[in-house]
Amino acid sequence: MKRFGYFLLYVSLTVVALFQLVPLIWLFLFSLKDNREIFAGSPFALPSELRWQNYLKVWEGGVGTYFFNSVWITSLAIILTVLFASMATFAITRMKWKWSGFVLGLFMVGLMIPIHSALIPLFSMFLKVNLIDNPISIVITYTAYNLPITIMILLGFYYTLPREIEEAAIIDGCSIHRMFFRIILPMTTPVISTTVVINMIYNWNEFVFVNTFISSDKYKTLTVGIQNFIGQYMTDWGAIGATLIISVLPIIIAFIFFSNKVVEGISSSAVKG
Amino acid sequence: MNKVMSNRLSIAIYVLPALLLVTILVFIPLILSAYYGLMKWDGIGAMEFIGLENYINGIKDEKFWNSAYHSFLLAIFSTLSLAVYLTVSLILASKIKGSDLFRKIYLIPMLLSSVAIAQLWIKVYNPSNGILNAILMNLGVKNPPAWLADPSLVLLAIFIPILWQYAGFYILIYYAALKNIPESLIEAAKIDGATPTQIALKIKLPLIKEVVVVTVVLAIVGSLKYFDLIYVMTGGGPNGASEVMASYMYKLAFSSYDFGYGSAIGFLLLVITLIVTFIIRKITATDEQVEY
Repeated sequence: MKRFGYFLLYVSLTVVALFQLVPLIWLFLFSLKDNREIFAGSPFALPSELRWQNYLKVWEGGVGTYFFNSVWITSLAIILTVLFASMATFAITRMKWKWSGFVLGLFMVGLMIPIHSALIPLFSMFLKVNLIDNPISIVITYTAYNLPITIMILLGFYYTLPREIEEAAIIDGCSIHRMFFRIILPMTTPVISTTVVINMIYNWNEFVFVNTFISSDKYKTLTVGIQNFIGQYMTDWGAIGATLIISVLPIIIAFIFFSNKVVEGISSSAVKG
Repeated sequence: MNKVMSNRLSIAIYVLPALLLVTILVFIPLILSAYYGLMKWDGIGAMEFIGLENYINGIKDEKFWNSAYHSFLLAIFSTLSLAVYLTVSLILASKIKGSDLFRKIYLIPMLLSSVAIAQLWIKVYNPSNGILNAILMNLGVKNPPAWLADPSLVLLAIFIPILWQYAGFYILIYYAALKNIPESLIEAAKIDGATPTQIALKIKLPLIKEVVVVTVVLAIVGSLKYFDLIYVMTGGGPNGASEVMASYMYKLAFSSYDFGYGSAIGFLLLVITLIVTFIIRKITATDEQVEY
């Protein structure tokens, strides 16, 4: 009886796992087929031949550009966010000043803001300073909106750093900047990697800001790019499938190699709405 | 030591980059949004002050309340689905072999962009070639529905990918909370003769109550702000049947170029989100702290 109970539990967990995986498996299968095969055959039939040319076609047809834009915009925003967040967290947790509690409070309020309420004013601000259709607007917006969550994740780790290290460094005549960049930053690598992973997922998948601020094809990132691209290839399912697979692959690969960091990052970002 | 760590210039150098970015790009726009809401403005030309007209129109706007109603429906669906996630987590946390692998599989959709998820599910729902209707026809259903084109089904059809996307996220949170319960408590209950169901309902659930409250807030507030998936899947259609608050605001501003009214709606969205958060916190506030 007990065995049968466990069997039922496994069955239910497996059903949920299938629900999560089947749409993705189906997507991968049709990304390697042509329309004739997709429309005539069974949805789970293996492709008669692996049509990797679907991938080549969309890559050369514009997805390659979107991909590189996503890579550099995501990376630059991650570097700025993690650097500025680390500096601010250092100042808030280690330095002595009257307003540190208030400034921390401001960052924490920033966690609750729905981006749509800020979208129109942001658009008009960027229009005034000529940053519409300029990727700089995207990089600084990503940085600003990810700073609060990044600071929140860093905070717990900074509180546990022993003060003796700073004291020793200062007694040895180390400047504050040297201490931060040579001692503190390297010590926080474990938590930095968590924030990098979580920032990567947010930035790579972001849609609204790029869709609103960027109009030239040459600056679009994958999320917005594939949106237009799929419009053109409306009926070519293989091409659409290949485009979608390319757009999700980097995140899936990151997940395979750093799954524990991803799990950690997502759990600690739970407070972000 | 103190001298170095309270040097004003150093403090400014370390805190200002982050503080300025957040102030200029997060907080000032919120204030501007309330201000633009007082204007008649197309986003490019001159602004004309019209007082509270936009806000009053917003409160009287049937389309806005219709979209708010859809947002709240999604919020209710999302909250109810938490019960499913919680059940799965209780199973996972009951010494199941391979629970780590299951959790990671469940998490995969959460990592994908809403745009990719939307495009994938557009294909899943495709009336003639989508996988869903293919399965239904194999099961003998003669006229499977047109899902996204059917006004009475479209919200449900949008909710399934939402369920799919967030399952792993909530399961992850619940699982972590359940694993935090000390083993000794469960052992004690077992010795007293409690059944696994009793342990789950009478011991584990009350102990993770705080976490459940947090997820309810996340699910509701998240639903009220929902945008990307719906914008890509249906654009709010057919005929407004899946319009939500954020997509309505977006259309006003960036399709009809009614920036003043759009800002007012955006500000109402902020106010509604904050009020709802406050109310849930109030209702669910507990003064007793759980101690093991």
